[in-house]
Formats: sequence, structure tokens, C-alpha cells
Amino acid sequence: MKYLDEFRDKALATPLLEELGRSVTKPFRVMEVCGTHTMSIFRSGLRTLLPDGIELISGPGCPVCVTSASHIDAILAMAELPNTRIALFGDLFRVPGSSGLSLANASSQGAKVDIVYSPMDSLDLARKYPDEMIIFLGVGFETTTPGIAATIMAAKNSGIDNFVVFSTHKVMPPPLIALLDDPDLKIDGLLCPGHVSTIIGAGAYQPLADKYGLACVVGGFEPADILQALILLARQIGKNEAYVENAYTRAVSWDGNPRAQRMVANIFEPTDMEWRGLGVIPESGLAIREEYSHYDAERRLDIQLIPAEEPKGCRCGEILKGKEVPSECPLFGTRCTPGNPIGPCMVSSEGTCAAFYKYT
Amino acid sequence: MVIMTNGNKKILLDHGSGGIASQELIADIFLKHLDNPILASLEDSAVMDNHPGKLAFSTDSYVVDPIFFPGGNIGTLAVHGTINDLAMRGARPLCLSLGLILEEGLDITDLERVIRSVAECSKSAAVPVVTGDTKVVPKGKCDKIFINTSGIGIVAEGVDVSSTMAREGDVIILSGSMGDHGITIMTRRAGISLDGNLESDSASLHELVGLLLEQLPSGSLHTLRDPTRGGVATSLNEIAAAAGLSAEIDDQLIPVHSEVRAACEIMGLDPLYLANEGKCLALVAADQAENALRIMQSTTVGREAAIIGSLKDGKAGRVVLRTAIGGSRIITPLHGEPLPRIC
Repeated sequence: MKYLDEFRDKALATPLLEELGRSVTKPFRVMEVCGTHTMSIFRSGLRTLLPDGIELISGPGCPVCVTSASHIDAILAMAELPNTRIALFGDLFRVPGSSGLSLANASSQGAKVDIVYSPMDSLDLARKYPDEMIIFLGVGFETTTPGIAATIMAAKNSGIDNFVVFSTHKVMPPPLIALLDDPDLKIDGLLCPGHVSTIIGAGAYQPLADKYGLACVVGGFEPADILQALILLARQIGKNEAYVENAYTRAVSWDGNPRAQRMVANIFEPTDMEWRGLGVIPESGLAIREEYSHYDAERRLDIQLIPAEEPKGCRCGEILKGKEVPSECPLFGTRCTPGNPIGPCMVSSEGTCAAFYKYT
Repeated sequence: MVIMTNGNKKILLDHGSGGIASQELIADIFLKHLDNPILASLEDSAVMDNHPGKLAFSTDSYVVDPIFFPGGNIGTLAVHGTINDLAMRGARPLCLSLGLILEEGLDITDLERVIRSVAECSKSAAVPVVTGDTKVVPKGKCDKIFINTSGIGIVAEGVDVSSTMAREGDVIILSGSMGDHGITIMTRRAGISLDGNLESDSASLHELVGLLLEQLPSGSLHTLRDPTRGGVATSLNEIAAAAGLSAEIDDQLIPVHSEVRAACEIMGLDPLYLANEGKCLALVAADQAENALRIMQSTTVGREAAIIGSLKDGKAGRVVLRTAIGGSRIITPLHGEPLPRIC
């Protein structure tokens, strides 16, 4: 397949691996921020091929994994309201709230839950079920937010009234700053998320390189992309340098996608947001602006977030911070499996625990 | 009561009553398409001649949504699925039963279309439907049409095909491309339309199996498994566990159509976990692997067959995939329904 096979080719990967081996002049720790990177590294078998001296730790970049238990509880409460229908991306379906129950359980009890592939599909649901309120679960980083902003605009333009968005949208640089302020987290570089960067641009990481002295390289998701990014990271770290490099130029520019940025800014405004494992981080989330409050589930359905405990024994918080690996969690692989997940890192196909469980 | 909408006749509760309406349905739909002397006798059970060998008996239920999809429909699956389950034990399928649960309000033209497919598949496979039953449930109590088929087959003297027969060194052959059925159903449900010929692989495999048993030296075909729900990944895990061995497969040897790969990339799915309805995994003694491959490739359903790996001494039940870039990863069985991802 064009644009995929070329970047998964052994003939390309082998010399890149050799070059990476030559580039590692001292051991280093790199955080891959994005869940898609985590999954690709495992799925391609790259982890089994990397030269010694490279430690990859997974960061907080799986949007489902960082959705807090209190948000999931609110979602479950909305699913029980009369005449509502929840529309969501598939990964969220099995994420348990503080009671241990998920939307999969709610669905089996009669709640109306539709897995959609595009947020625009929820407008079709709104037309199909005019007597129901369609609640789209807005989860995700900058990659998914523009599509949801476009959906809210489309709802307004076509006069659709029975559609709201529950926004738990998050933005990328703030949680990294929160993590980097933690003296326990010792990392030398960041493998910056390719998809998010198509929107926010590689330039968004410049403050991290400047303030924390971190090597930052934006990377694509195929094995050859990741290898190229790791080579650039190894070279910077080896020379004690710290700047932003873009190894994913076929998709990412320095400034990102201004049109998508404008669309998001038009509908959403920054807000403090609770992250699973990380707590509330200032201005790390997006709330729907007053002007579009008619499409805001929290305002329209009067939803209150109630503080909720994380599942007992679950180490997702420490894993999301890159401080522990899944095998250090007492629940991993015993009580917590992809078929019966306790923490969100096991549910999402992009989750670190799911990646460890499935591929190692 | 409205029984005609736009000229379309609908299934009524009366059609499952056992009375006149049931008899009309039997005559006008079932016997019209599925006619054979055993079924036509309309007795309470089918009586057939005895055959030498062991009996194989299998049952499966079909509740697929949508009921019609490119490459087949719920009727083709109901025939092929049960025939294939029999064939996977080395049995020659003899006959099928057909149990239908219909939802009140189903278009009779849709029912007839399904039954016509059942008839065509059963005829081309030469495996007749010899007994049947129909029930109608009130609207909303089932989804359009549910089908159960059971089948009886004969395992010839000396044939012993099962997961426990798999041996170290056995070569793993996949009879064709992977994931076609699963991705066709998922993209239909999602309303995603893609260029290219994405269609279900619904097909019966007993003729391919018959050729393997006939042409390979006795005892060299060890295991057969049709990787339906759970896909090739789950079937290989089951075989490796039953055999007490490890399986090693090579990502680059596994046939996957480009349309299927593209759809999987879009939806975040892995073709290794997608359902197939006309494919089998065959584990064959290494010295007969090329021979078995040639036999499979000589058939229509097996024309894209490929050797994808082998069984090795190692941790029992472990399946390892060699990746395109030369790395490796563990393949676990499927956990829960495959769900499309967020990004």
C-alpha cells in the first residue's frame, strides 16, 4: 500500500537500524508521547530490534487513557437519562468508571450507545432519532478536535437541535510541561506526536526544548519514520544539544494547520482539565464557548462532575507519567486484561498496558 | 392489519403458527427452492441411509447484521459455515438442517432471496437441506432473520484430523487472503465505502479438504481450522495450545487484499483478528507442504493459498509473528469485539 509499505520495508529499516546503532554514543531515555507511536513500536516488532542504550517510555498521549474516572462516571450518568443516545469512538466503549462498569454494561442494560467512525455520523443519528438527544463524546487531542468543531458548526448551520458534545478535549503541550516539572521524571528527549503536530506544528515544542533542555523530534508512525526520529534524537543527545527537529515533513509543518486551529478556536476555549493519573492541569483542556453553549452537554443537560477515585490497585497514573511499566502493576495480566480491563491503559488499542499485554 | 406495503408482502406471526399460512410459506418459498425427496416428504424427521465411517455432527447459528452484504448473505454463511465446520474434521458433509427465526414484518422477498441463496449454495456443494423449522417472533424480538444450521458428515476410515494431531515441524498453510468477510461487514455497518472490490469470502471448503485427503499420503494432513470469529490469530493460538507447541508465522507471507489492508488502516483494526468465512488453516507434515499448497492452489477457493509459517518446539500455545522489518511480536487471542479506534 502506497505511503505505508515503503516505510515498513526491511531493506529500508535495516540500514536505519545500523545508523541508529552508530548514532547512540551514550545511553538515553526518550518518551514517546503518542499512543499511536507506542502501538506502532510494539506492532512492528521495533522494540525487539533497537540497539542497546535506548530506553523508550510511553507518555500520556492516548486520549482514552487520560480520560478521568469522573468524566466516565458523568458519561455513564448521561447514558441513563431518558431519551438520550450516546455516540462515541469505539475505544471508549469498554472504559470502566469508578464503579467498575462501562458503557458496554450500560448498553447491555438498555442504554442507547452508537459507535461512530466520524463525529459527523452523530448528526445523521440526530436526524434519524429526532425525539432523542444525541450526546457525542468529544475525546481526543488536537488531531480529533477540528473534526468535532466542524460538526458543531454543521449542526448550527443545518439547524440540528437534538445534538450536544460532551467535551473532554485535551491539548498537548500542557501535560508535558506538568510531567517535565516533576524532578522524578528523568528523560533526555521527546519523540513528539506526528498526528497532533499536523495541527499545532513542530514549533509548538520549541518552549520545551528551550526551558527543559530536551531534544525534541516530531516523528511519523511507520517503523522507518520512528527510526529516523530516533537517529535524530540520538545525535542531539549525544552532542548535548536540545532543539526541535521535524522528521515527519511529509505531514507536519513548523506552523501546523492554521485553518484547523482557527476552527477549534472559534468553537472552543482553554479550560482547566482533569487528566487520569495527572490530576487537574491548568488550561490543558477545551470547553465549548458560550456562543455555542446550545451544543454543550454539560450546560444543556446540567452535568456536574463528581470527584471519583481511580480503580483500587490500578497503576495507570504512574504508567501515564512514564514512571512505571505495566508489568509493575499488581493487576496487570491477572485481574486487568484487554477482555476485562480495570484501567484505561488496558482498554484503548493505543494504551501502554494493552500494547504490553498484546505484543510482549 | 397492514400486510402489504408498497406491494411487499411481510412475514406475519401467522406464518409461524403451524397453520395454513405456515404451509403456504413452506410450499411457496422453502420447497420451491430447497426441493429434495427427503425434505419434500414433510415428515417430522429426515431418515437417511447409513454410511460406513464415523459420524461428524456440528451446529452453528447465524445472526449477522446486515443480512445482505457484498459476496454473500446470511443464507450463504449458514450453509458454508456448517459445511466448513464438518470439513475441518476431515468429514464429507452429508446433509444440513435449517432452523429459521423470523421477525414479524420481514419482507417476504428478503426471505426468499435468503432461501434462494441457501438452495444455490447447498446445491453447488451437493449437501441437501433435509429438515427444517420456522418460527416467527413479534417485531423487535429478533433482528430480521436468525438462522441455525446443523450438519452431519462422514469421516472415512483412517482419517483423523484435529488440533491435537499437530506436530512439531508442521507447516502452516492459509488457504487464501485474510479478513475479507470481517472487514466487509464492519465497513457496511459503518457506512464506509471504499474503492475496490471489498467482499465477503463466504465459500464452502469441503471440496478442497476432500482433494487434500484424497491426494496427500494418509496421515500427513494433521489439522484443519476455519478462522471465523477471532480470525487467524485466535485459531492459531487454539491450535498451538492444543498441540502444546509454539507457532511462528511471517507477516509478509500472509495474504491480505490491499482493500482489506486499507480499510484496516483507516479503522485501526488488525486483519489477523478479522473473521473469515471461506478460508482454512491447514497444518501439514513438512515433507508434504509444497504438495498440499499445490493442491489447494488448484481450487477456486484456495487459489491464493500460501505457506505462512510452522509449528516449533517452544512455550505451549505461544504464537510469534515475524514482522516486515525483521522484528517479532507475540500474537494473543482476540479479547472482545474488535473496536475501531479514536485516531
